[in-house]
Amino acid sequence: MSAGAAAPYRSRLPAARERFAHLVRAEWTKFRTVRGWVAGAVAATLLTVALGLVIAAGSHSSCGAGPVETACPAPPLGPGGQAVEDRFFFLHRRLEGDGAITARLTAMSGVITYPPPGHDRIVSGLVPWAKAGVMVKAAARPGAPYAAVMLTGRHGVRMQHDFTEDVAGRPGGVSQHAPRWLRLVRAGDTLTGYESADGRSWSRIGTAQVAGLTAAVEVGLFVASPGDLTVKPGSAGGSIVQARFTQASAVFDHLAVEGRTAGAWQRTEVGDDEAAMTDWERFHRANGAAESGGVITVTGTGDIAPRLDGLRTEMLVTGALPGLIVVIVVAVLFVTAEYRRGLIRTTLLAGPRRGRMLAAKALVVGAVALLAGLVAAAVVLPAGQAILRGNGVVVLPVPQLTQARVALGLGALLGLAAVLAMALGALFRRSVAAVVAAIAAVVLPYVLATASVLPEELAQWLLGLTPAAGFAILQSLPRYPQVTWHYAPAEGFYPLPPWAGLAVLAGYAALALGLAAWRLRGRDT
Amino acid sequence: MRRELHAEWTKLRTLPGTGWLLASVVALTVGLGAAADALAGCPWRGCGHDPARLALGGVQLGQAAIAMLAVLIISGEYGTGLIRATLTAMPRRIAVLAAKATLVTGLALASGSLAVLGALLAGRLILPGSGFTAEHGYTLAADGPTLRAALGSVLYLALVGLLGLGVGAAVRDSAAAIGVTLGLLYGTAALPYLVGDPDWQRLLWRISPMNAGLAVQATRDLAQLPLGPWQGLGVPAAWAAAALAAGAVALTRRDA
Repeated sequence: MSAGAAAPYRSRLPAARERFAHLVRAEWTKFRTVRGWVAGAVAATLLTVALGLVIAAGSHSSCGAGPVETACPAPPLGPGGQAVEDRFFFLHRRLEGDGAITARLTAMSGVITYPPPGHDRIVSGLVPWAKAGVMVKAAARPGAPYAAVMLTGRHGVRMQHDFTEDVAGRPGGVSQHAPRWLRLVRAGDTLTGYESADGRSWSRIGTAQVAGLTAAVEVGLFVASPGDLTVKPGSAGGSIVQARFTQASAVFDHLAVEGRTAGAWQRTEVGDDEAAMTDWERFHRANGAAESGGVITVTGTGDIAPRLDGLRTEMLVTGALPGLIVVIVVAVLFVTAEYRRGLIRTTLLAGPRRGRMLAAKALVVGAVALLAGLVAAAVVLPAGQAILRGNGVVVLPVPQLTQARVALGLGALLGLAAVLAMALGALFRRSVAAVVAAIAAVVLPYVLATASVLPEELAQWLLGLTPAAGFAILQSLPRYPQVTWHYAPAEGFYPLPPWAGLAVLAGYAALALGLAAWRLRGRDT
Repeated sequence: MRRELHAEWTKLRTLPGTGWLLASVVALTVGLGAAADALAGCPWRGCGHDPARLALGGVQLGQAAIAMLAVLIISGEYGTGLIRATLTAMPRRIAVLAAKATLVTGLALASGSLAVLGALLAGRLILPGSGFTAEHGYTLAADGPTLRAALGSVLYLALVGLLGLGVGAAVRDSAAAIGVTLGLLYGTAALPYLVGDPDWQRLLWRISPMNAGLAVQATRDLAQLPLGPWQGLGVPAAWAAAALAAGAVALTRRDA
């Protein structure tokens, strides 16, 4: 009998430390070897692409002149490359080199056709962003760079330039007893706006650097008046936006142009569209400028602002809802299937640190969904835009960086939704409850906010507070305070800024992941 | 058939989730409807909102619980393997599916009636405070159209249940089945509003079970709807019939 106990068996392999990379590799192996999950990821990509192409193919536009249908003219582009509205009446002359224009505004009035509630009368009144003032513009063609000092219908004096920029001056309106003096000084590319109540003591409003001004520019008086907007809920869901024709008139005197002028005063209806002219303009009061004894009355309609009316790039990828649902189902199954089959016990035996296992799963499923979204966006954005161009539809142009953000955003949206769904799966351990919860959290608020008859106030809350706030990352056009528009989720304007919206979704995903890790630690499998 | 009904009812009755799901149909429908009632505004004559659709808007959320119940009633049995015991005891598979369909319909009608009544009551209480008054021309009256909206909403919920049951029988995997069901309901609802062409819009709207089915809730501007109220309800009915047929075929042809 030997006294010593036999030495216990020890493996000769070096002790392996549980490395996170190994966990990720293990989870990736699980994912890619389940045929249904890989098929789901591919199906999500294909569905998103197919629906984007359906949206593109289902959008046509043609502008008819009588029986002949022609392609719609592209809207003018501003100096920043964005589509702009540029329609106004311009009484102008040429200025060579540096100089200034000064004018006194003594009255401003206008008409609004058929406003609510009656929709049966033409009333006198100004829309909030009716504009009248002095302007320096590179040329009297739509889209040319400009700077202007103006009085608005309800937002006081403003200095605006190059369509997107807007600086506030003093508030208030104008009357015979309280006239407004406006002055714009040009020195090279630098334009400075001033205003005054008496024409003697001037206060500076702002300074603008306007690139693209040639030596000779057009200076003069202008009047514009954008359409009056009413929004009504549509009976079949969505909303009906109506813009009504408005016109504004302004009375100027003490008009003075300093500097080297050339040629006579000219009258130009900038951006005039004969076909869009209303009966009011044709038969009652035409736009124009009339002078008698130094008093000049200018009448105009239209707007000088970024254009928001048109097809937005991201409409091609918002068809991603069915793809998003597929991603949610796959992500939930990625964890609940382990519970069903008992694989979770093996998984946790191999990697006992449960939080890290969950992190590895989140990384794998999030990365797969991100990739699915990126691939879909990379295909559907260029292809859809090509189809739209072929259908004669003008897509509002956005900078390359914004385009990239929309594509990346689709990937991030799918990725974070997958992480949230996976975490809910780990939390509930039941696939149906997790799928319903994830769809109710991410997809349903978006559907309710954009496609239902529920009120817009509810839509704003839903897309600000729920995980569906992440859809904001797809918004391609910014809000402009100086443009009256229907800024609603259904029109592609979300209550939160793009990255903030995505951060809300990321926060929910992180919270769910944290809860799942905490529950996983406290429970037997 | 009575045996099958009794067996299915016993199974369903003894599951703790059933009661919760039915209660959540009522809570979700009334809750979202009340929120919509409170947040909507009707400041002037002709504000355009349809008070019945606002009050019953919560059906869009409540239907998720019905769909979940309906999917689980069949795919849950596949998940646990109970389906083999069920089919051994009751070999007439179509009768089993019919019993399940009867139960789903009955429970959906019962919980849907409660939910719709609660939502209408909430509307009667809340909507006048949001400006839906007689002088603005918008009241939630107890008239024919409102009755149709209420009755139609209950029937819609039953059709959603049958759709979920059919999909559950055809797909079997519960996660995939609920994904398909909610994908049909929610995934297709936003599409018509993203397409520019009016003809495409109407087509996509007409084939979407949720958009077309909820047309039954409309009480105003019926002429502007792509489908009439009862015709609209025919769309989810057609989807439910197709799903049930596919489910019946799958159930009889495949091994459990």
